[in-house]
Amino acid sequence: MIAELGHFSLILALCLAFILGVVPVIGSLRAIPGWIMLARPAAFGQVFFVALAYGCLTYTFISHDFSVAYVAQNSNTELPLLYRISGVWAAHEGSLLLWALILSCWTGLVARFSQTIPEPVIARVLGVMGLISIGFLLFLLLTSNPFERLIPAPAEGRDLNPLLQDPGLAIHPPMLYMGYVGFSVAFAFAIAALLEGRLDSAWARWSRPWTNIAWMFLTLGIALGSWWAYYELGWGGWWFWDPVENASFMPWLIGTALIHSLAATEKRGAFKTWTVLLAIFAFSLSLLGTFLVRSGVLTSVHAFATDPARGLFILVFLAIVIGGSLFLYALRAPHVRSTATFELISRESALLINNVLLVVTAATILLGTLYPLVIDALGLGKLSVGPPYFNALFIPLMAPLAVIVGLGMLLRWKKDDLSAIAARIRWLALISVAVGCLLPLLMPFYSWAAALGLTLALWTLAITGLAFFDRLGRKQPVWTRLLKLPGAFYGMTVAHLGIAVFIVGITLTSVYSVERDVRMTPGDKLDMAGYIFEFHGVSQTRGPNYDASQGHVTVSYQDRPVAELRPQKRIYRVRKMPMTEAAIEAGLFRDLFVAIGEPLGDSGAWSLRIYYKAFIRWIWLGAIFMALGGLLAAFDRRYQTLSNKQALTDV
Amino acid sequence: MFKYSVPLVIFIVLAIFLALGLTLNPREIPSPLIDKPAPTFSLPRLQNPEQSLSPSDLKGQVWLLNVWASWCVSCRAEHPVLNRLAQQKLAVIIGLNYKDESDSAKNWLSHWGNPYDASVVDAEGRAGIDWGVYGVPETFVMDKQGRVRYKHTGPITDDDSVEIFIPLIQKLQQE
Repeated sequence: MIAELGHFSLILALCLAFILGVVPVIGSLRAIPGWIMLARPAAFGQVFFVALAYGCLTYTFISHDFSVAYVAQNSNTELPLLYRISGVWAAHEGSLLLWALILSCWTGLVARFSQTIPEPVIARVLGVMGLISIGFLLFLLLTSNPFERLIPAPAEGRDLNPLLQDPGLAIHPPMLYMGYVGFSVAFAFAIAALLEGRLDSAWARWSRPWTNIAWMFLTLGIALGSWWAYYELGWGGWWFWDPVENASFMPWLIGTALIHSLAATEKRGAFKTWTVLLAIFAFSLSLLGTFLVRSGVLTSVHAFATDPARGLFILVFLAIVIGGSLFLYALRAPHVRSTATFELISRESALLINNVLLVVTAATILLGTLYPLVIDALGLGKLSVGPPYFNALFIPLMAPLAVIVGLGMLLRWKKDDLSAIAARIRWLALISVAVGCLLPLLMPFYSWAAALGLTLALWTLAITGLAFFDRLGRKQPVWTRLLKLPGAFYGMTVAHLGIAVFIVGITLTSVYSVERDVRMTPGDKLDMAGYIFEFHGVSQTRGPNYDASQGHVTVSYQDRPVAELRPQKRIYRVRKMPMTEAAIEAGLFRDLFVAIGEPLGDSGAWSLRIYYKAFIRWIWLGAIFMALGGLLAAFDRRYQTLSNKQALTDV
Repeated sequence: MFKYSVPLVIFIVLAIFLALGLTLNPREIPSPLIDKPAPTFSLPRLQNPEQSLSPSDLKGQVWLLNVWASWCVSCRAEHPVLNRLAQQKLAVIIGLNYKDESDSAKNWLSHWGNPYDASVVDAEGRAGIDWGVYGVPETFVMDKQGRVRYKHTGPITDDDSVEIFIPLIQKLQQE
């Protein structure tokens, strides 16, 4: 019954999406107030019914209703509660339902927190989101119904893919989807502005907080994915340039460009058509990511949810959404007059360079991801593009970006004087280079790569600090001044500090990590970077739905015990799938990582993989800083004052 | 007007390729080597670099050449399948360690198990060019006359192993 209720709610949600996508948009174009006013109730109704459907699917998971095919394929009576809840989005149908839920939530949030925006505008924005929702709900109902029954019901389910039985991965997809789908808000605002034919700075101001929040979620989602790959896959790496990782990274790069471009459009009216295009691109790449992941056109480690049969539907949907919006752009953009002028040396220029670098990087990744497909489609053969391509291009493109990150903050809008700026930053640059080159001397060995990375990080840190104290001024007591600074400025500062932290992380990890694969018998010791790892053997243990061999390793540093590590090798009972659970002693400056491999011989010897990972936490710490920056910027007082003012006039 | 249509045109081209991509099977790859003599090489063995191995050493046996690397993510997925295939001892399995570092490769094998009767080192990827390696992993099956009879692109799954490899090897053994 519950499954049918869920199915029925989805159909009702689709009806409401049709109403939302059609009526308010026509109403706003023809100025029919009643039709315009329908937008908000339809949006709220849609949230209600999609959430109800989602709740029903969750209930069937929790109650082990194996008569629902999707539950039977992805759950099991032994599966712990947490994974029965996260199991909902473990495979194709449920992921799409989660996607639809998040889309309708964003729509509902826009409907709720948009009192300052004129009704016809918001009707169009919600309408565009409704149109996207129609596509996803139709996709769910026509090709991927999660409520399909399996009669007769099996007595036991096939269990959740063991790779996904992990708390980090349980929350990774929702975060990622919040980011992907969140870009639909900026997209909807852009399309609404194009429909109206008015591209002023207002739409940029309305889109900014939404874009920041979406970007924050995407940042966290990608960081979680990378963290998961690091500890769960047992490879000790943190980024693999896998097509699916690329699919999430491209919208992030474009989203980052969009955030900066929106600032220029809002504050100065510059780059109007470019910003609209970026808003379209950011969401288009999110959709393209879905297509790549779900259609199976590319092979990847993430192959747990592919189905070529569904590819056609997504492709048609992509063609309509992206093709339609780019067509609209081609029609309307030529009529937009850019009024803003700026000189070569100005903040606009710095933001332009930032945008060009980010977009070129995203295009490079897109090319590398799709190149094998294009070559194949042309009948020129098959090939694969590996990490060497991406690494070779990514670093030269990102290093200049790190150099100009800070400059953009120091330069004034419209026009600035290069020699004055140069005089101010000369010493900072010199100190950054000097300290950056000296710091690797403290490390076990000297490396120019580390010197370069540290210099870039210090430079970013120094110039962000300079910009901060510039803005802080000197006139009032420090507390008053600190409180007066806008949230957006704090956000920018924190996010840019995040870049510095991130650069330190990736540089030092790649240079100073030590990896060893060794054979150890109980009692054996291994010295790695001063840490003594002692192996005490392997014992058998049992988890709720798996059996495991558990190793026992103690680590000491200068005769003081540091950690007791218990890495596991699990065999999940239903799928008979072996999984490596690494044991990690985490620290700010280093991670100690132990994974067990295979038993070797009868003497109790095992192969062990032992890593010393220098500064790896800084990579994710940097991402957290960036995400925090996005959050602070989104909650800038300015956006709130506006709504309060409006609330007063409403009364 | 034209300038602003550029993104649309690019997208249309991209969409056409994506549509074509849907009709293709990313794993199905024709090889011009089928039924031709296996390209020759003489490469050092991974575990014992002083000794070299070449296809002519394997004449008279049915053998598999599996292209792998420790940096290859899909190889990790394929590895247990290969290990199981190796346990059945149906054919000689040679690994072509492609564009890899020998230390990482050795560690990788000691960690995940070694299904290969021998691995040869193709650090520069020269042999890979002769064999027409597009991506890693790939697997070639050679008959007793040393001709290439089958090429498999991408990781071998359990189904592939049971449905393609084992019957093919058994057939070739009887030829």
